[in-house]
Formats: sequence, structure tokens, C-alpha cells
Amino acid sequence: MTTRAPRRSIRARRARSAVMVALTVVAALLATLPLVLILGLLLKQGASSLNWAFFTAMPKPVGESGGGMANALAGTLMLIGIASAIGLPVGIGAGMYLAEHRGGRLASVVRFLSDVLNGLPSIVVGIFAWQFLVRPVRHFSALAGGIALAVMMIPLVARATEEMIRLVPNSLREAALALGYPRWRTSLTVVLRTALPGIVTGALVAVARIAGETAPLLFTAFGNQFWSTSLTQPISALPLQIFSYAISPYEEWHQLAWAGALVLLALVLVISLIARFVTRSRFGHGHD
Amino acid sequence: MASTQLHGAPVGDRIYRFTTTAFALSIPLLLVLLAIEVAVAAWPALKAFHLGFLTSSEWDAVNGTFGAAPAIYGTIVSSLLALLIATPLAIGVAIFLSEFAPPWLRQPVAFLVDLLAAIPSVVYGLWGIFVLVPFLREHVMPFLADRLHLGDTPFFSGPAYGPSMLAAGLILAIMVLPYISSVTREVLMAVPRSQREAALALGATRWEMIWGAVLPYASSGVMGGVILGLGRALGETMAVTMVIGNRHEISSSLFAPGYTMASVIANEFSEATNDMHLSALMAVGAVLLAITLVVNIIARWLVWRVERRGQA
Repeated sequence: MTTRAPRRSIRARRARSAVMVALTVVAALLATLPLVLILGLLLKQGASSLNWAFFTAMPKPVGESGGGMANALAGTLMLIGIASAIGLPVGIGAGMYLAEHRGGRLASVVRFLSDVLNGLPSIVVGIFAWQFLVRPVRHFSALAGGIALAVMMIPLVARATEEMIRLVPNSLREAALALGYPRWRTSLTVVLRTALPGIVTGALVAVARIAGETAPLLFTAFGNQFWSTSLTQPISALPLQIFSYAISPYEEWHQLAWAGALVLLALVLVISLIARFVTRSRFGHGHD
Repeated sequence: MASTQLHGAPVGDRIYRFTTTAFALSIPLLLVLLAIEVAVAAWPALKAFHLGFLTSSEWDAVNGTFGAAPAIYGTIVSSLLALLIATPLAIGVAIFLSEFAPPWLRQPVAFLVDLLAAIPSVVYGLWGIFVLVPFLREHVMPFLADRLHLGDTPFFSGPAYGPSMLAAGLILAIMVLPYISSVTREVLMAVPRSQREAALALGATRWEMIWGAVLPYASSGVMGGVILGLGRALGETMAVTMVIGNRHEISSSLFAPGYTMASVIANEFSEATNDMHLSALMAVGAVLLAITLVVNIIARWLVWRVERRGQA
């Protein structure tokens, strides 16, 4: 720029600038195009094969039309429940530690490793859970699937909790301590409570993220054609069912896969939207 | 956290501190446990095939010989293809959002792009099987091969089946775009205003300001975003498994079916018949784990460096 710019006329430079600005607009349009295409087709294909039976009926064998994914829906909810029961307390606890030991050496290591864990391929988490939880007991289980999802959830929740607690003004903490509150009560009833809406948002984002995961469930929850709510039995899940129907050669199953995909996406989007509207941070930017 | 208070730490404080520390420690412990479990399970295959595991293309479950070269090759090629397509787009979007978009448009467009990251992988795969792959087979591949006469080059030769490296690269491009663009947007916003104002005051056009003053300042952060996207692409499983064609072969043509490390595991793991097959799949997982670990660490370090400089 330094050597060439002066030689060009201002007109050419302005034109070039306008073209490049226009190209960024084109990039924005191109980037949103796949979203529009996918959502449009999902609505069209999914809605036409979505009916009440989808939510209430069990899968039918090949050749029989109809049938639904009641077991997969229940399975997904149950897996989310198991993952949250483990992932939320651990994640929030770790996040509180990170927020309260900002400069600490252990905190920096944990923060860094939690980002690393967050970036690991979900299939690797899946084979880890298989090796650790399925192989020793020799059978697939809902519990193993839920734990695999929890492993993916913990770093997300921890980092979100940390960010939210950092937004709580230090004066609030100091006021509580000055009134004679012990640290643990200050942390739990003053700081955590103030940051709660933000933490709920973080938790919901994490739930939305794991709700659609398939790879960690392939060798843990495994899938199940029957109704099951047992922790120790294989269990079906919406993403697993969509996968096996999509790669099957049967037209009826393809239709069910579209319906399943629409329901799964709706579930994920509703959770994300709730997360967005639960709170905007109360304090803007923290001043501690 | 002073541990020596006037009357010593109350019991409640000690319990609180112990619990949160234990939860925080669970993250490094999980990571170590994960690495050990995968490495131990992969050991028999790595010991049996040594370096040949990485370089051999022979993957024969019946005879018990396993070489992961096609999967490693496929993972790298599909991911690089995805980055090649997604990076310019993502940087364009980020520049548009951080510099040019009118304020009322900023939020909605950013939301739409972020939404791409919310779509589950298996839904991308479904769309890939029934829309993208047929579209490639019937329109894009004939166009590239016949109209543009690229069919004679090694990259676009061979029959157009549909499921291919090209399909995998394209679907990965859509999937990693939101990650690259959101990191890029963040680092662009961390560039100080003075940097922009100085360029404009010197008479730069808007683009010259971006190109000469903003992007160089943010470059290592943008690079971090791209590498973060690479990490995502390398480990992406379901969508790729559904469109890449799943064949243990190395082909220079993007039209040919291939395999990635993640999709080999997804496809063969539950059907693995003998211990060596299982161990070989675990070894593929271990290689994938090692590659993504390195890539992620580099990415985080780059982003962290820019954000720190922005704060200072």
C-alpha cells in the first residue's frame, strides 16, 4: 500500500474500495444462503411427514408405513437429563473456581485445558466413553451415553459460568463479606445468585449443543428400537435415529428422518432462543 | 483467597473451596484420562504396525492388516478444501459485520451466521445425502469436468458418483464458516479505533483502511480463527460420514469417494469383529486426538495473543 497507493488515482482507489465493500456484502449473502436452503427444505420435507403419530408412536418395521419416534424423543430427553445432572454441577463449580482464582496458575491451566477439551472431536469422546464405560461392563447403556455428553458439556458450562461471575461487581462481594458473611455464603447466595440468569443462559447453550450430538452416542447409548428408560440398557436418541434412517434405503424411513430432523432442529433452536432471552447481562461490563 | 484468617477458615469455607477445586481439577483429569484410555486401547495396533500404520493404505479387516493413510489423507484434504472455501467467505462476513453493516443489520446477520453453528451435524448430513450430493452429481461435477474441461486434470477426473471428497469439503466449509467468522469478528472488534482513524486521516479509502491498518493488526487472531475452524473440520464426524463415500483409497480426484479418520471410526467401530480391528480403530482415534490437540493449542494461543494485546 505504501509504495503503490500514491500512484493510483483517487478514483481508481475509491472504485476498488467500493468493489471490495460490495464483495463483503456478497460474502454475507453467500454465508446465509445455505442456512436459508437447509431451513426451507427441512420445513417443506419435515412438515409434510410430521404428524401426531410421530410423537406418540413407536418405530414400525421396514415395509409398514407410519410409525413414529416416541422412544427416540424420550431417549434424547433422558440423555440430556443425565448429561445435565452431571455436567451442570461440575461445570458450574469449575467455573466458580476459575472466576475466583483469576490469576492463579492452576486456574490458567484449567481454563486452557477446558478450551482444549471443548475443541476435541466428539467421536473421540465417544470412543473414550466406550473404552471407559461400555467395554468393562460389556454392554451399551443410557448412562454411558449421558456421561459422554456430560464430558462435552463441562467445558462449555465452566467457561460460561466464569464469564458471568466475572460480570458481578466486586463491590457486591465486598459488601457481603463486610457484613460478616463467610466466603462460601457470599459466593453461593450473593455472587452466584446475581450471576444466575447468565449461568442459566450458558447452561441452555450447552444443552442445545449436546442435544444434537450423534457421534458420542454411536457406541455408548447405541440406539434401541424399543421403549426404554433404563439407565443400564441401550437407549434410542433422535440424532441416532435420524442417522440410521437417513442411510437406510427405504423411502418411508427417509421421510421419518426429515421429520426427525425438523423436530431436532426445532428443539435446538427453541433452547437457544430461550437462552438468548433469559437474560442480557445485568451489569453490562464489570468494573472489578 | 487468604487461607489464614483471624479465626482460621470456617468449615463452610473449607468445604466450598474443596468442592470447587475438585470440580475444576476434574477438567484436566478428564483430559488425561481420555488420552490414557485411548492410547492404551490403541497400543496393540500401533505396536503391530509401527509407522506403517500411518503410511500404509491397506485396510483389510479380514486379514488383519491396517494402514490408516487413506483416512489421514482424506481428513487433511477435506479439511483443507473446507478452509479454502470457507476462509475468504468468513473473513468477508466478519469484515462486513464489524466495519460496514448498518447497526440495525448487524445483529440479525450475525445471528443467522451463528445459527449455522447450531444446526446438528446429522441434519447437515441428511441435507448432504438428499440435496447436496445429487446436486453435485447432476450439475456441478458435469459442469466442472465437461464445460470447464477440467476433467483431464487429476483433480476433477473420474466418474461423478456424487458421494465424494468434494461433497465432504463443501459441507465442512458450511459447517466451519460460523466458527471462523465469529472469531474473526471478535478480533476485528478488538482492534483499537485509533488504528482505523489514523488510516482514514492519512487519506486511506475504506478498503485501504481495512487492508492496511485493521487486518494486519488482527492477522494472528484471524489465523487463530482459521485454525480453530480447521480443528472443527478435522474432527467433524456425522455429516462427513454421510457424504464422503467411505472408501479406503487415496485418489487425487475430488470426485472420488474417500474416508476420514472420524468417519472410519463411526462406520466400523460397532462392526469391528476382532481385537486388532478394534485396536486399529482406537489408533485412528489416537492419531486424530493428537492432531486436533496440536491444532487447537496453536489456535487458542494465537487468539489469546491478539486479545491480550487488544486489552493492553
